[in-house]
Amino acid sequence: MKNTRRDFLKQIGYVSIGFSLVGPFGFAAGGEYGQPLQRTLDKNKVDAWLQLLEDGRIRIYTGKIELGQGITIAVKQMAAEELDTDLSLIEVAIAETGVTPNEGFTAGSQSIESSAMAIRNAAAFAREAVLQIASEKWSIPTTQLKLKNAKIFGPDKEVSLYQLLEGRQIEKTIHEVQQYRGKSIRKYVGRPIPREDIEAMVRGRQVFVQDLRFKNMLHARVVHPPSYRSTLVYFDSSEIKKLPGLIKLIRKGNFLGVLAAQEYEAIRIMEQVKGFVRWDSSRGDQLPAGKDLEEYIKMLPVETETNENIGSPETVLQQSTSKVKASFFKPYLMHAANGPSCAIALFEEGKLHVWSHCQGAYPLRGTLAKLLGMPEESVHVKGVPGAGCFGHNGANDVAAEAALMALEYPGRHIRLQWMRDDENGWEPYGTAMAVELEAALDNSGTIAAWQCDVWSDGHSNRPNGNPNTLLPAYFLEEEYGHPGIGYRGGAYRNTVPYYKIPNITVRSHMFQGPLRASSLRSLGTYTNIFAIESLMDELAEKAQKNPLEFRLSHALDQRSVDCMQQLKTMVKGVSKERDEGLGFAFSRYKNSASYCAMAALISVNTDSGKVRVKKMWAVVDSGETINPDGLKNQTEGGMIQSASWALKEEVKFDAEHITSLDWNSYPILRFPDTPEVQVEVIDRVDQPPVGAGEATQAPATAAIVNAIFDATGIRIRRLPVDPELLKAR
Amino acid sequence: MANPIKLQINGKEYETTARPDTPLLYVLRNELELNGPKFGCGLQQCGACMVLRDGEAIPSCRLPISALTRSKIRTLEGLIDEDGNLHSVQQAFIDEQAAQCGYCLNGMVMAAVALLEKNQKPSDEDIREKLTINICRCGVHSRVIKAIKKAALNS
Repeated sequence: MKNTRRDFLKQIGYVSIGFSLVGPFGFAAGGEYGQPLQRTLDKNKVDAWLQLLEDGRIRIYTGKIELGQGITIAVKQMAAEELDTDLSLIEVAIAETGVTPNEGFTAGSQSIESSAMAIRNAAAFAREAVLQIASEKWSIPTTQLKLKNAKIFGPDKEVSLYQLLEGRQIEKTIHEVQQYRGKSIRKYVGRPIPREDIEAMVRGRQVFVQDLRFKNMLHARVVHPPSYRSTLVYFDSSEIKKLPGLIKLIRKGNFLGVLAAQEYEAIRIMEQVKGFVRWDSSRGDQLPAGKDLEEYIKMLPVETETNENIGSPETVLQQSTSKVKASFFKPYLMHAANGPSCAIALFEEGKLHVWSHCQGAYPLRGTLAKLLGMPEESVHVKGVPGAGCFGHNGANDVAAEAALMALEYPGRHIRLQWMRDDENGWEPYGTAMAVELEAALDNSGTIAAWQCDVWSDGHSNRPNGNPNTLLPAYFLEEEYGHPGIGYRGGAYRNTVPYYKIPNITVRSHMFQGPLRASSLRSLGTYTNIFAIESLMDELAEKAQKNPLEFRLSHALDQRSVDCMQQLKTMVKGVSKERDEGLGFAFSRYKNSASYCAMAALISVNTDSGKVRVKKMWAVVDSGETINPDGLKNQTEGGMIQSASWALKEEVKFDAEHITSLDWNSYPILRFPDTPEVQVEVIDRVDQPPVGAGEATQAPATAAIVNAIFDATGIRIRRLPVDPELLKAR
Repeated sequence: MANPIKLQINGKEYETTARPDTPLLYVLRNELELNGPKFGCGLQQCGACMVLRDGEAIPSCRLPISALTRSKIRTLEGLIDEDGNLHSVQQAFIDEQAAQCGYCLNGMVMAAVALLEKNQKPSDEDIREKLTINICRCGVHSRVIKAIKKAALNS
């Protein structure tokens, strides 16, 4: 089907003046929503990934969503390379049900590893396929033909791909291609090509789901209850209905939402409604306010599993005379997106359309359909960029709430944006965790045994088909149950040190914690590497070795060594003043993805105990680099965000609910305190490209706490860093 | 309905019948359909909604329109000249790729423009101080500082 300008305008809704139609900013794809495109979604077919457009350009479909991680430009570079086609002739469509292939969630730093690699292969295969088609059509051997800029050139002719296929698509089954141009030619791949959406942002174009406007769109707000298990016992509907501007009050069980024509009216009404309702919060468990959370989570009922058992660590530990033992704790952390979650929903002619910054359009569709009791085919989810989420935040929840309201008010677009306290108070957090480590050194100061116990709630309760993975399930009359612990693997991710250690035991103890929890950037790796790399430092001290040399002497492979050696060069000549410290850390994310060596220079104010991270250095090896500037940007951001987690962040709550509801009660690092960051990339073209977005999160915090030790001699075992510990005595 | 309120936005006069206590942000986004200023917190804590009021960068999320009848308001869109040329700060953000998700970008650009109007050669510390209110979750702070210094050189 042709994608006309009219369709396109319908697709994105109301277009304001100055909005570029050529931009790849999340909107430039798909069909008219009421009439799904006749597209194959079979990932084995070329045309699931690649569409030839009538204007001679090529559209690439990714099932992933742009989250600020730069997947759009990376995918474009990979396709451009294999098709030897200028970037301006390629556009990218992001996750949309019925339009893009189902690639599950945009998570786990997998966008490059899965989607971009599938697109690279599809494009490389398409190149061979179109040359073959032209060869047969013109009876010219493929050796005399060339594909360039979406055209085929013969000895004395040229034709666009669209003309060559006479409007048809490349409907062939993809076979694995042996050689990628991206591995050898690298005209587009491996270069710091700028993202195009940044210009759209500085020009104030529509980029985000928050920016979408539709004709006659209504604004919604939700009156969330005071706690997870509150019940609505009374509401004065006659008083509420008198509120000026109210178009509709929607109540479903304990779910309460309001619709108004103007956004500010909706906000005012929502605030006033709070005065006309009464909640009962006596039912259900209170939150463990005022208790030591580390002790509390270790006392909860657990389900224990042994995840690794190599050699005989217990025996070695028992017999060793040189041991180090320590316990570590990390509190609940929030994603705290800068832009509160937002969605637009429209229920029309029996179909529900949802515009969402969710990480998985298909999983959200399936779960929404279950929650709403609709057939899956009647739900259409279109991914549109939102504020950086760093995991599973409120995106799906706000979409579900908007959808509930759209069903109650058909025919109009319903835009719901959460307020700051909705975002902070109801998102699924990264769980609190505790780790106990014990390790033994042999006579030569080498690690002989390692034992790890980790306590954690689950790290993934993403929409999985069960409505209880969506927030409104807490509020509706039907009992959907607790989503449970979810994905266990996130808890013990990176518990096995990426070092040469002959005897290792890892046990995970899974609890169901008091707060709603799901995936936050790097999952359990953050806490596990904070613990491992702290202990590595302690072991180095015990072995009387330089911390970086101690790590190098335990390195598992050459890539680890190269990262650490390069880091050593980067920090050569760094001088420390009084009350300053330099700390190191190293890890390989998931023990299978990006390598990262990290250093941090900190200073401690001994009067206040306040830590300032002055500078951080990182060396990353993510295999083949697709876009070095994108990789650096992700790495730098991870370092700064991690410094914020380490020094500032902790979700606080009272017996009833979360109390960290704004930027004062959930402070994060701000400009005056963010470190200067410097990143170097080791590009390994011979290796597969692996995700990098989560690789720095853990080593950054570990390097900071090790730097604090270097400055003060005090070991930080609980996060966030408590300044009280660091005040001069 | 209340009397219309006259506002001066990006060099043009605009009349709105919104309630006088309506914060400017909602008029900019929903009536003028400007995408630059963003809702971030509604509490004047994060800077996502910043605009220039008589040259000074301030959050617009709690600023009632009734207080603005004598003010000149400039938004991100108003920094672009008639030929579509970007302000040096906008250009520098592109050059330095100083964004990840970009939701905070509006506030950072507006704060930087206000800074450079008073201080043509800001130090790192000046920039950090001026952008204290601007929350960025993705951690592009280092790039933003570089971008603003570059803009200072180019303006």
